[in-house]
Amino acid sequence: MADSKVELKAPEGKPDDVERIKRESNYLRGSLKESMLERISAGISDDDNRLMKFHGSYLQDDRDLRLERLKQKLEPAYQFMLRVRLPGGISTPEQWLVMDDLATKYGNGTLKLTTRMTFQMHGILKWNMKNTMQGINNALMDTIAACGDVNRNVMCNPNPYQSEIHGEVYEWAKKLSDDLLPKTRAYHEIWLDEEQVAGTPQVDPNEHEAEPMYGALYLPRKFKIGVAIPPSNDVDIYSQDLGFIAVVENDKLVGFNVAIGGGLGMSHGDESTYPQLAKVIGFCKPEQIYDVAYQIITIQRDYGNRSVRKNARFKYTVDRLGLENVKAELENRLGWSLEETREFTFDNNGDRYGWVKGVKGKWHFTLFVEGGRIVDTENYKLMTALREIAGIHKGDFRLTANQNVIIANVSSQKKKHINDLIEKYGLIDSEKISGLRRSSMACVALPTCGLAMAEAERYLPTLIDKIDEIVDANGLRNEEITIRMTGCPNSCGRPSLGEIAFIGKAPGKYNMYLGAAHDGSRLNKMYRENIGEAEILRELGGLLSSYAKERENGEHFGDFVIRTGVVKATTDGTNFHS
Amino acid sequence: MVFQETNSPFNHQQAELLNNLLPSLTESQKQWLSGYLSAQAGASASVAVLEKPSTNVAAKPVSKEVTVLYGSQTGNAQKLAENARKKLQEKGFEATVLSMSDFKPNQLKKLSNLLIVVSTHGEGEPPDNALTFHEFLYSKRAPKLSDLQFSVLALGDTSYEFFCKTGVDFDQQLEKLGGTRIYPRVDCDLDFEEPAEKWLKGVLDGLGSVEATAEVSVSVSNGTVSVETKPAVEYSRKNPFPAEVLENINLNGRGSKKETRHIEISLEGSGLEYEAGDALGVFAKNEPGLVDLLIQEMKWNPEEPVVIGKDEGPLPLREALISKLEITMLTKPVLQKAVDLTDNENLKELVADRDALKEYMDGRDVIDFVREFGPWKASAQEFVSILRKLAPRLYSIASSLAANPEEVHLTIGAVRWNSFGRKRNGVCSVYCAERIEAGDKLEVFVQPNKHFKLPENPETPIIMVGPGTGVAPFRSFMQEREEIGASGKSWMFFGDQHFTTDFLYQTEWQKWLKEGVLTKMDVAFSRDTEKKVYVQHRMKEHSKEMYDWIQAGAVFYVCGDKNYMAKDVHSTLIDILATEGKMSAEDAEAYLKDMQKNKRYLRDVY
Ligand code: SRM
Ligand SMILES: Cc1cc2nc3c(=O)[nH]c(=O)nc-3n(C[C@H](O)[C@H](O)[C@H](O)COP(=O)(O)OP(=O)(O)OC[C@H]3O[C@@H](n4cnc5c(N)ncnc54)[C@H](O)[C@@H]3O)c2cc1C
Ligand SMILES: Cc1cc2nc3c(=O)[nH]c(=O)nc-3n(C[C@H](O)[C@H](O)[C@H](O)COP(=O)(O)O)c2cc1C
Ligand code: SF4
Repeated sequence: MADSKVELKAPEGKPDDVERIKRESNYLRGSLKESMLERISAGISDDDNRLMKFHGSYLQDDRDLRLERLKQKLEPAYQFMLRVRLPGGISTPEQWLVMDDLATKYGNGTLKLTTRMTFQMHGILKWNMKNTMQGINNALMDTIAACGDVNRNVMCNPNPYQSEIHGEVYEWAKKLSDDLLPKTRAYHEIWLDEEQVAGTPQVDPNEHEAEPMYGALYLPRKFKIGVAIPPSNDVDIYSQDLGFIAVVENDKLVGFNVAIGGGLGMSHGDESTYPQLAKVIGFCKPEQIYDVAYQIITIQRDYGNRSVRKNARFKYTVDRLGLENVKAELENRLGWSLEETREFTFDNNGDRYGWVKGVKGKWHFTLFVEGGRIVDTENYKLMTALREIAGIHKGDFRLTANQNVIIANVSSQKKKHINDLIEKYGLIDSEKISGLRRSSMACVALPTCGLAMAEAERYLPTLIDKIDEIVDANGLRNEEITIRMTGCPNSCGRPSLGEIAFIGKAPGKYNMYLGAAHDGSRLNKMYRENIGEAEILRELGGLLSSYAKERENGEHFGDFVIRTGVVKATTDGTNFHS
Repeated sequence: MVFQETNSPFNHQQAELLNNLLPSLTESQKQWLSGYLSAQAGASASVAVLEKPSTNVAAKPVSKEVTVLYGSQTGNAQKLAENARKKLQEKGFEATVLSMSDFKPNQLKKLSNLLIVVSTHGEGEPPDNALTFHEFLYSKRAPKLSDLQFSVLALGDTSYEFFCKTGVDFDQQLEKLGGTRIYPRVDCDLDFEEPAEKWLKGVLDGLGSVEATAEVSVSVSNGTVSVETKPAVEYSRKNPFPAEVLENINLNGRGSKKETRHIEISLEGSGLEYEAGDALGVFAKNEPGLVDLLIQEMKWNPEEPVVIGKDEGPLPLREALISKLEITMLTKPVLQKAVDLTDNENLKELVADRDALKEYMDGRDVIDFVREFGPWKASAQEFVSILRKLAPRLYSIASSLAANPEEVHLTIGAVRWNSFGRKRNGVCSVYCAERIEAGDKLEVFVQPNKHFKLPENPETPIIMVGPGTGVAPFRSFMQEREEIGASGKSWMFFGDQHFTTDFLYQTEWQKWLKEGVLTKMDVAFSRDTEKKVYVQHRMKEHSKEMYDWIQAGAVFYVCGDKNYMAKDVHSTLIDILATEGKMSAEDAEAYLKDMQKNKRYLRDVY
């Protein structure tokens, strides 16, 4: 019950420097315009880079080349990462082709499908940023607020199988994403010379500079919203700052259960940081979700920690103020109360691969994309294949929360042509790879991520090759065990929700975690600290063989390790470290 | 003596005339006449006779004024001119040695003996410091020079189409103006030492006063006592210093189409010194693989001793081909001489046809040549003695001695190309890029370049245009200016193919900018954008500002590629002067010429 006596306030303390940058930025302008024109360095100042995030981009450098270039008297290989805002991960074939083209022309020739269902490009040079941004804009997409202390790309289960429901839920997710955008025109001025193409988010011309919801300082930290459609929890609803769980009764969308206070990022050796799962606090009608989101965001805006960024996420605000108090404050700000939570169940947080027939005779093909990286290699021309498919595809593409892609809404006639291309390029047949690999996810990490402590995307595939031998030896080939790896504890690949997980500690060294729930409803726990490949394989050798022998039927690996006492269950983020 | 038909080569009439004339001549008239005749007739019999009076005269030596004017870009001609001064003084002459740019043309009329030592640059163009004098001689203002004795030493390189063109120009024009030759012009190829000595000797003989040497040389040998005190060995082009390489890195990042080496060399113990703007001469070695290929082709014995150049002992053939001889380039004289070494008729034909010859030589090397024009009847010795000596390559010094005591840095672009189905490598640049590592030794010498120096006054603003390896001297300028804390403004223009991989010395430029050692920098990367941008485009973008700098007395430097870049920069500069200064194209050119005269427009192009 809400404790009416507590009076809510934000923690004291000297504001973090990022707060100054935001304040001085004149609504995210800073000196970006000038910085982008300066020709002697491909980089920009730290202050401008902070602001850059709000525009959906980061300055990075190719870490593989750092030392080498230092010797060569060259600055680091500065380049920009660009993240598209793609609500619900739906892209038209035309948009796919534009991204492919931009990535080839200005990027490093690859596309990254992210864990939040969108495109990232890497390796864009400063002088190509404007062209790239405009290319994206012309294709009716943008990168506004894809990063930064604002609401991020809104995730939505791409489930195309029950199209009407999905279509409806998707529209709500998209509307949320659009309506919660910052209102500043900085983005349009810096990148689009104020040109606007029909379809790009309109900002109120009278409300020019003002940010009615965010205010001049925006949020204390990033904010993430996801929308799930049970029984699939592919968006890992519990990892979101704010989650909406669609409630469908007799084939009608009646509303959403509301979950708040999730988030996975943490820092090694700092127990004041921990992954936390969102908790369901009630139910609201579809037309109410914007108000709920708006007020939750203003609560975080007002009470979030602006002096210690490490503890600034909404999850810490909720844990500090108390769930019930936050709920009370929300209802207070809304002027009405949430309804009782409705029944729902999730069965897993993975994807369903291969061809599936949906309603209205439409077909959908889910393609496993290892590490979410779209690239042509010597013997796997994935990028080309998808380009050709996009060339003839009449439906749409759906980027999943597990870094995969669905070629969706294919008519029975088109199915053949697309399948021919799938076969021509030998695109991965999910039947032919282990359930473990199908359920794998790895963050970007090296060489572009500035925060990576170890490899992830570039390493997990080869590690899985080796684990697969163990898997096969124990007859577990088709067992879908979620395995996730990230290069650092920021947890971009949602490792704390993996039944098996590795979080980078140092080059070649990982903390190993076990015991998350297969449906993403329970965090895992650290099992071994700072171990290398040999030890990883030794540990998994033992664990998987006993799992093969001793599991109860239908028992998932994550539950098995807890039942058999390999690790203690993490019942709440606050006891993740104990 | 009294001439008669019997005791002289003259007929009666001539003998009569001479018998009347000679006694009436003053010493100096005799002197002049002897010199005149000897020069006229070279070493012909009649002179042998006439030398007598002239030597009598020399018995009581009279000093004679000799002016030596040199036109030199990279210092060779200058060195030879200085050298001639010594020899002339030993012989008792009053020798004045001047750069042509320091010589006042109106003095020309007053000279009696003029020696010209001049190289050729560009495509048959005079070196920068010879431009105005060369122009003057061809202008209407050029005086009649009937009292002038002269001789020309021309430096050049037979691999260029217009071999020693500038020397030829001077030689012909001085004759045209009425001057008479002391000794016929000598054209030198890259190995100019021997022919240059021969020329000087000829000139000295021509000038007469042989005995005089004795006395004068005494006084000099007194002087040479001080010479003794100089360091035992003096390193020079003739005697290069084996310098240890301290570092050798590729400045181009991964994925670049270029390879530009940054090489740091130790001068420790060499006593060698240089100034910002000077160049370093480097002696390279040919690729052993290439040499072996040639030896195979010719079925030679690699160990066979051969002699190269008279003052050097015999060397094993392979060794000689690797380190002494040029085998990667073909030159006209070599092919001409080769005609006698083969029975192959086609070679005669080729050599006879100027254009065909030129075309044939382009992009081919000695191996292509021997393969095509065998069978060879020559011995290894005969064959190698027609080859050119392997010439040292010059590199603009990229460091300041003040900033790097006892060190010199170079910026060397590896030259590689394909022709006639074979990969070809530049001898020196690829030697440095592929076969020289830290710890190895490079044979080097300092080649001063008086004409590419920082302004005396550190407050003078400078504009530097140095794309590609042209960046080298400007790195030394910056280091120097940083050392002396120069307060003058500076503006650098750099360009190359790609920003990410080819921004040579990027972090150093960024540092100089941040610390204000460098005021302004503009860069152009030609392959990063759809339409190519080059340094001259960046110059144009700042037309107004550039003009203001020049008005404010800025010195304008250009270094790097001569064929395209330097030309485009030159014409762009003229455009800027014309537009901003509201001048006609002609006036703009004149203005630029003037800057050149006043050492405010300086080029180090190659
Ligand atoms: C691309 C992506 C991983 C991937 O392989 O797909 C990613 C990549 C990065 N994340 Fe993330 N994050 C990505 C999803 C996540 C998730 C998962 C999710 O949101 O479902 C998380 C954990 C959930 C959460 O937020 O708690 C996540 C938590 C972080 C954090 C830690 C935040 C925290 O609360 O401590 C950071 C670091 C930070 O913000 O300071 C971060 C920062 C980064 C940066 C931008 C590194 C940086 O700040 O310099 C990474 C860019 C690497 C690169 O070279 O591309 N990323 N990041 C994902 C893009 C999502 C998107 O499209 O928006
Ligand atoms: C004053 C001065 C300063 C210099 N400073 C520098 C410097 O700082 N940095 C620098 O890198 N260089 C500099 N150079 C140029 C340098 O001296 C050499 O000319 C250059 O390194 C090439 O020498 P190499 O021995 O490697 O090539 P070489 O063996 O001399 O071969 C070069 C020759 O190969 C032929 N050739 C080249 N490319 C092709 C082609 N595509 N097709 C057919 N034939 C071709 C041409 O005849 C060319 O002359 C400078 C030159 C001068 C005169
Ligand atoms: C850029 C450049 C261009 C040259 N062009 C010619 C030429 O056209 N004809 C020629 O005979 N020699 C040419 N040479 C060769 C020089 O005349 C030769 O190297 C000479 O020794 C230089 O003497 P210096 O140091 O006094 O200038 C050229 C040399 C360079 C570096
Ligand atoms: S988890 Fe760490 S290493 Fe991986 S992308 Fe996120 S920040 Fe980079």
